[in-house]
Amino acid sequence: MAATIPHPHRVCPDTGFKIDLNAEKLIKWNAVTGVVVFLIGGLFGLGVALTRMPSVHLLDAELFYLALTAHGADVLVIFIIFFEMAILYFASTVLLQCRLPTPWLGWVAYALMVLGAAMANYTVLIGEASVMFTSYVPMKAHPLFYLGLILFAVGALLVCIHFFATLIVAKRERTYQGSIPLVTFGAMVAAIIAVYTIASGAIILVPTLLWSIGYINYIDPLMYKVVWWGLGHSSQQINVAAHISVWYAIAAILFGAKPLSEKVSRTAFLMYILFLQIASAHHLLVEPGISSEFKIWNTSYAMYLAVLGSMIHGLTVPGAIEAAQRKRGFNKGLFEWLRKAPWGNPVFSGMFLSLVGFGFLGGISGVTMGVEQINLIIHNTIYVPGHFHATVALGTTLAFMALSYWLVPTLWQKELFAPGLAKLQPYLFFGGMSGVALFQMGAGTLGVPRRHWDMTFADAAANTGITYKFQASASMLMDLNGLAALIGSIGALIWVLNMVGTLLLSPKKGTRPAPAAAPTGAGTIAQTGSHGTLGDVPGTFVIVMIFFACFALYYYVNWKYLGEIWLLK
Amino acid sequence: MSIFPPEQRIWWKEPVERAEVLWVSIAFIWCLIMFLMMPYWHMTGNQNLANTAFRITPERYAAKAEEMVAKYKVREEGTNAVPVVHPPPGSDVYLIGRLWEWWPILELEKGKEYKLHLSSMDWLHGFSLQPTNINIQVHPGYDMAIRITPTTSGEHAIVCNEFCGIGHHAMLGKIYVK
Amino acid sequence: MATNTGPEGQQEEADVPFMQQLLDNPMVLLLLGVVVPTVSYTIWGIMEVVSIPIAP
Repeated sequence: MAATIPHPHRVCPDTGFKIDLNAEKLIKWNAVTGVVVFLIGGLFGLGVALTRMPSVHLLDAELFYLALTAHGADVLVIFIIFFEMAILYFASTVLLQCRLPTPWLGWVAYALMVLGAAMANYTVLIGEASVMFTSYVPMKAHPLFYLGLILFAVGALLVCIHFFATLIVAKRERTYQGSIPLVTFGAMVAAIIAVYTIASGAIILVPTLLWSIGYINYIDPLMYKVVWWGLGHSSQQINVAAHISVWYAIAAILFGAKPLSEKVSRTAFLMYILFLQIASAHHLLVEPGISSEFKIWNTSYAMYLAVLGSMIHGLTVPGAIEAAQRKRGFNKGLFEWLRKAPWGNPVFSGMFLSLVGFGFLGGISGVTMGVEQINLIIHNTIYVPGHFHATVALGTTLAFMALSYWLVPTLWQKELFAPGLAKLQPYLFFGGMSGVALFQMGAGTLGVPRRHWDMTFADAAANTGITYKFQASASMLMDLNGLAALIGSIGALIWVLNMVGTLLLSPKKGTRPAPAAAPTGAGTIAQTGSHGTLGDVPGTFVIVMIFFACFALYYYVNWKYLGEIWLLK
Repeated sequence: MSIFPPEQRIWWKEPVERAEVLWVSIAFIWCLIMFLMMPYWHMTGNQNLANTAFRITPERYAAKAEEMVAKYKVREEGTNAVPVVHPPPGSDVYLIGRLWEWWPILELEKGKEYKLHLSSMDWLHGFSLQPTNINIQVHPGYDMAIRITPTTSGEHAIVCNEFCGIGHHAMLGKIYVK
Repeated sequence: MATNTGPEGQQEEADVPFMQQLLDNPMVLLLLGVVVPTVSYTIWGIMEVVSIPIAP
């Protein structure tokens, strides 16, 4: 039964897991590349935020649109996907304790991704592709922009194929018993979504590349949008599946937390597999000629079944932590388990803040603005970036940061470079990026446009004599957004500093990492069993009910706002 | 634990925690309510897009716009002498978005319905009517027709909120409502 | 923990409920995850665009 196929590996001194040596190298190279791209993309983002601060207006128009294109491509896609490739290798070879079947494929994929990313970034930096990450036709970028994205996508697809091959090999070689772990299952969901995402990208970007070199002479702009968003939004749904898997992983690593129910969590992930990508339709809600039937079915993730999946994870992830904490003795009242959780450990604080930010700020705003009719008061205002800073920065990025505080020291067997700063970092990043999300959403509600260099329209006044002034509070909100972005950027830089410092400057680990906080003081002896109507996780139940109340309230407030605009039939 | 395979080989049959069942039920009902709100609003609400649209070449659309301007122009405004038109209520009103202006300027009457057409001569633009905050995408090659009734009077601006190049932030139109 | 070799293992494979068999099958899930959005969003969406009439 033991494989005669070589499995060069080492055993992790902290966890006992078998780590395939080839996979380990790929995890490290992909993760580190991700961090480097994050730094570049993040700096561009800071430039953008300081330009949109009316009182600072840092970059000139040309540089602003260039920076915005680079920021979008680099952090929304390139950084995050490099990191996700690392997660795919980890969730397969490490969690299933198996070998990486085809190491050379991993390196070919990595090379393609680096080449593609460099190509796309190069064309943006020389000013030949300031088309925003969406590159809507008939606006045309340098052909190497499209080719760069295509190569990057092909590389990522190869990693996904390799991931599925690894699953098959692990099952055949019986390196684990029964079903794959929940975290691996979640990573698989991310990989499945990635296949659809990349296929959509190929279908639209290959013809667009041919158009950009003059080989095809027309691409219908509406068709482009439909197919492109199959790539565009689905790429963000990869992130959702990935960061939820990271939450489950952190809950297991820090608390020994077990899923409340494998059935419920996996079924929630099944809703993602089937219905998450179709909500790309929420980008088409105010386009000409698309039927309401198409819009309503697709923007709702099929009767909101995929949203149901998210709401389920919103209970099962903290619920698993609560159950584990209560078993250890943190049983007093509704929230002792949470109050006494290791808030000083950035792995925990980052993870939990990510969950709160993604759910309350990202999720609620996302579902609301995806309503067919409510989208009228939201589309292309800066509310949209407000929403996705909550989902991608607070949700995905903060979750990845939290994971890295455990993974990097463990995988490289090094002490964390600046643990004191690390303690603070999730709070800084969360505080800053929450501000960005809230202030942008506020300004967007007042009509401030996204992707726009000057909300005072000074050039319009100069060129045509036509003027418009937003309400004074809109400018104030954009100024506050700039300040929040600054705070978030400091948080981001501290993280990068810790990552780079740990890799390059820290000493090798001597002792085991500190265990999660043990029960203190006089708590009741650990009990499992019912706490009455709310069952084993009453605290989490209260949290989700508060979430539900916020959701329902915010949802209906926006219908009210919609009712106040001009009549439209 | 989530990083290990499930302890039970057959985990599908494990009993589910009461809190989970309750929350899934509540959340599912909420999902259905949200789903049904959209068709409900189509039936009872006053803000819906009819999705009426046609394919049209920029030249043909421009001809329709110029015909309207010739018939209903009342004056000119601004340094570029943009025509201001006062079309009759109920009529087809043609608005052009192009790099980097909205043409013409419209003068509408409060409480009256118009059939507003939107199309672009070149790239994608974003029709963002302020301060009422209505946002619609404008495509070249497509004429999108919406029946619109102004409910607020005064000077309104059309901001472009779809990135369309270096003059994007200078693209500003106007609608007067009397 | 259950093993899946030998006659007991084969018996247990047969006892696995259908839904769990589905969720334990990455290839079927991959197929569903690509086909369902392709039909519901991409193909339906393309059909919507090509059926927009020409202006009279």
